[in-house]
Amino acid sequence: MIRFVDVSKRYPGGHEALRHVSFTLPPGQMTFLTGRSGAGKSTLLKLIALLERPTSGQVLINQRNLATLRRRDIPFVRRHIGVIFQDHRLLMDRTVFDNVALPLVIGGAPRGEIDRRVRAALDSVGLLGKERCLPITLSGGEQQRVGIARAVVNKPLLLLADEPTGNLDPELSHEIIDLFARFSEVGVTVLIATHDTALIERMQRPVLHLEGGRLLDHDGPLP
Amino acid sequence: MSRRALPVRLKVGLARHLQVALASLGELTRRPLSSLLTALVIAIALALPAGLHQLVVNLGKVAGGWDGAPTLSLFLQLDTQPAAAHDLADRVRTLPNVAAVDYISPEAALAEFRERSGLAEVIDLLDENPLPPVLVVQLTRGAERTDAARLQADLAAMEAVDLAQLDLAWVERLQAILAIIDRTVMVLALLLAVGVVLIVGNTLRLAIAGRREEIEIMKLIGGTDAFIRRPFLYTGLWYGLIGGLLGSLMMVVALALLAGPVHHLATLYQSDFRLTLFEPVTLSLLPLAGALLGLLAAWFTVSRHLRAIHPGE
Repeated sequence: MIRFVDVSKRYPGGHEALRHVSFTLPPGQMTFLTGRSGAGKSTLLKLIALLERPTSGQVLINQRNLATLRRRDIPFVRRHIGVIFQDHRLLMDRTVFDNVALPLVIGGAPRGEIDRRVRAALDSVGLLGKERCLPITLSGGEQQRVGIARAVVNKPLLLLADEPTGNLDPELSHEIIDLFARFSEVGVTVLIATHDTALIERMQRPVLHLEGGRLLDHDGPLP
Repeated sequence: MSRRALPVRLKVGLARHLQVALASLGELTRRPLSSLLTALVIAIALALPAGLHQLVVNLGKVAGGWDGAPTLSLFLQLDTQPAAAHDLADRVRTLPNVAAVDYISPEAALAEFRERSGLAEVIDLLDENPLPPVLVVQLTRGAERTDAARLQADLAAMEAVDLAQLDLAWVERLQAILAIIDRTVMVLALLLAVGVVLIVGNTLRLAIAGRREEIEIMKLIGGTDAFIRRPFLYTGLWYGLIGGLLGSLMMVVALALLAGPVHHLATLYQSDFRLTLFEPVTLSLLPLAGALLGLLAAWFTVSRHLRAIHPGE
């Protein structure tokens, strides 16, 4: 599903965020991405989500080399990738329903379909009944789940999460991670960046460990 | 994602456009004062050249419409007897394009001259009346410039006519002046059109800055540039359209205020000329021009600024 081939990323100014990173993630696997702040976790996710371009090396999603994409193709690739952010990035002046519906509206889905799928997505994160609420009236955990509902409403093949449990207490964190595990069970490839080691140990999933931009040894079964 | 059937896509697309258009309008009414101010600036920028143009058109009608009809003055030979002059007048009356012919005897002309010129004492020194008898020929309304010129030639060729003078020079001068004014108005209109583009552009630049977060999120989840651009394009369109409508209104009010004094001036010239307040074409052109300029400005501004917004922090 995701393949990095000798990827390096150097930001303008000389900071080298990733150095010669290579790995492959099979479809339907849930993987943790860990490392200290500044180790390159966010950069790695941004390369997959097409928010950054690698300085050298190749990033492939579904055998497609992202370097060959034209600028105007990027939105269509992003629609197959659900991204979840630590700071949720919700539209605070729109209802929960409108926030979750946004990817479908962008994709030009008919009204009936939008209605059905938004409800299904909200149901899967346990927020059915909160459609008319504004995100600002929800708790941090609920807002994060709205973000997850928005990420999965399009039924993406790939879910990326950057510190999804960063601001949550352990109990809520477990709930959120269990949610991701359920999506991976139905075939979604999930990559979660986190430095919550307790969480990683509990889940017993493959881990990509970054240090200073380099990928350290794999823990667990990585092909 | 599988492509949806074309009719579905069309229907969804149309509904989406309508929704975005209305939402953009709603957005404007949420900040009524600042929206109104922007629209008013656009209105003034559009109404000013359009109103001036309308004035020039009106003046052109005064000059070119032969209103009050042009006159030909026939200066007869000095020794022409009144009876002969009257005969001639009768003959001229039968010619085409002639509305009326007045005979002014040398005595009457001298009396009028004495009265008006203030040279009564000088005139009293004269032994004999130096003024010729004159026939003032009023042309019919709607007579063309060429008709008048032909008539002038015909009359000048008549015996007893010394000189046939067509009072057209002032009309031609006025028309030349009007042409210059009209060109000036055009240049002004172009400059103000650029002004409208800049106003709408600047307003939208602020709107984009205010919704930066939203734009980033849309880009993150796969919104195309066209999708993100659309609401801003409609905002530009609305600004232009509302500005144009207000401009039309301003123009009508301004010309209506002028109508009274102009009519008064016209009556002083024995004319029943009235200001043409507006032509439906001009009035509908103004909102159209506004809408197009707004759309154009929005397109340029939004395209330029959207590229600069990258969703990755």
